[in-house]
Amino acid sequence: MSLLALQRQFGTWLRNGDADAAPSGMRVYQNNYRASLSACLEDSFARTRAWIGEGAFEEAIIRHIHRVPPSSWTLDAYPRDFPDTLDLLYPDDPEVAELAWLELALAEAFVAPDAQRLTQADALNVDWDKAVLRFSPTLDFRRVVTNADAIWSALTSKTLPPPAVRLDSPHVLLVWRRDLISQFRLIDAREDQALALARSGLSFARLCDAIVAAEGEAEGVALAGQWLGRWLADGLLTNQTGHPEYGC
Amino acid sequence: MSIPSFGGFGLGLRKPHYAEFLEHRIAADFLEVISENFMVDGGRPRQLLRDIRARYRVALHGVSMSVGSAEGLDCAYLARLRGLVDEIDPLFVSDHLCWTRVGGFNSHDLLPLPYTQEALAIVAANVAQAQDALGRPILIENPSTYVAFDAEMREGEFLDALCVQTGCGLLLDVNNVYVNAANHGFDPHAWLDAIPAQHVRQIHLAGHSQGVELLIDTHDQPVPPSVWDLYAHILPRLGPVATMIERDDAIPPLHELLAELGAARAIAGSVKRLAA
Repeated sequence: MSLLALQRQFGTWLRNGDADAAPSGMRVYQNNYRASLSACLEDSFARTRAWIGEGAFEEAIIRHIHRVPPSSWTLDAYPRDFPDTLDLLYPDDPEVAELAWLELALAEAFVAPDAQRLTQADALNVDWDKAVLRFSPTLDFRRVVTNADAIWSALTSKTLPPPAVRLDSPHVLLVWRRDLISQFRLIDAREDQALALARSGLSFARLCDAIVAAEGEAEGVALAGQWLGRWLADGLLTNQTGHPEYGC
Repeated sequence: MSIPSFGGFGLGLRKPHYAEFLEHRIAADFLEVISENFMVDGGRPRQLLRDIRARYRVALHGVSMSVGSAEGLDCAYLARLRGLVDEIDPLFVSDHLCWTRVGGFNSHDLLPLPYTQEALAIVAANVAQAQDALGRPILIENPSTYVAFDAEMREGEFLDALCVQTGCGLLLDVNNVYVNAANHGFDPHAWLDAIPAQHVRQIHLAGHSQGVELLIDTHDQPVPPSVWDLYAHILPRLGPVATMIERDDAIPPLHELLAELGAARAIAGSVKRLAA
């Protein structure tokens, strides 16, 4: 048997082989394989585990390992599909997958690329008529329909989590890293729309025009200033803003 | 390009000890890190490694290169590792004589190879490619294995041929020798006597656990007397070599690992005196 054929057969057995019929050494490898994936998911989703309970989480792990074999060189990539598995397992409890996504996104932001933050002092020197906002490469977001963020916060502070509830309207969870610390914030549909426009490469002046067109003169100007201030304070913007090569 | 010898004594850098290594001058000549834990884009892990590197020599020890993959190496992996190597300028870059990946599936376990001419050709080509990509020779570690295939050569012969063909060096894991000897039924002293000692640049010392049927290379115990005995046995055959205590689970307080490192220093010192 060629080495390639041996490795294909070995890999298939690790995923689906019958341990009871295998030599003891093969059982060690299969146990190692499953144990490392289980440990990875347990470490990555401690709050989700606490929320759904030990037994349900173990069941979800078994389903996930069967559904999604690992493919990346890094074990850090393995948790990425777990929220989708939870979506399938808990179609009537969307907070479960949303909570898992938040845990995952915070972990991914923690090791996302570095970028110099645009500070309030930097902002004083930006030509806002020409500037295009550049956002942190750590930024990720997801549309949510539940209070998963509040559940995460309660579980993190080891207080009694609130019951899962559906939000009055869908919101968006932003996750990013400010300096070395991962952050998140829930935003409403209006800020989400403005953020999408800003991230599409629209200049800040054109963004203001779009917000004014949507919200009216007084409200639009106020909101544009408010959101810019918040994005600056959150550390969402990088200091690429206003660079001539990125200008419009 | 040859691999310089370094006769120091080091520890693995593990999370419970980060602060102590950064805040105090710990008596370790080098720290070994798991490469993949720091092959990230940015953030705190990469900053931590830069801070550690400013204080200690660092060796990069990988688990995902998969030099035994019949399908070849992952170029994206090599490029990312090269980035880390360029930033850290490590003492050594090492990985295992094993495979982890086939057909888009990555087991995240160090899987065994048959010691055949075909496997040797594949591993040698992969090691050569890795060394080209990294711009430096690497060390290959003898793995712990729980199954054995029909072989055309002994493990020591395989390692010797690999070193000769590629210019790589050896990371000799003494605990793996003991575990394999117990599980496969061979004499660990004879195994050590047969390895190409001139290629060894680093040694791992670790502990193991008794599984249901086999010894398991768990790295969750102190170095046992059986492994210290093998360490003392091989040292007279080696030149200057970097020795490291490898602990990956049930991590004890740092002073316990430093005590084990002191024991390694004492054994190496007594061997040196005897040789003189």
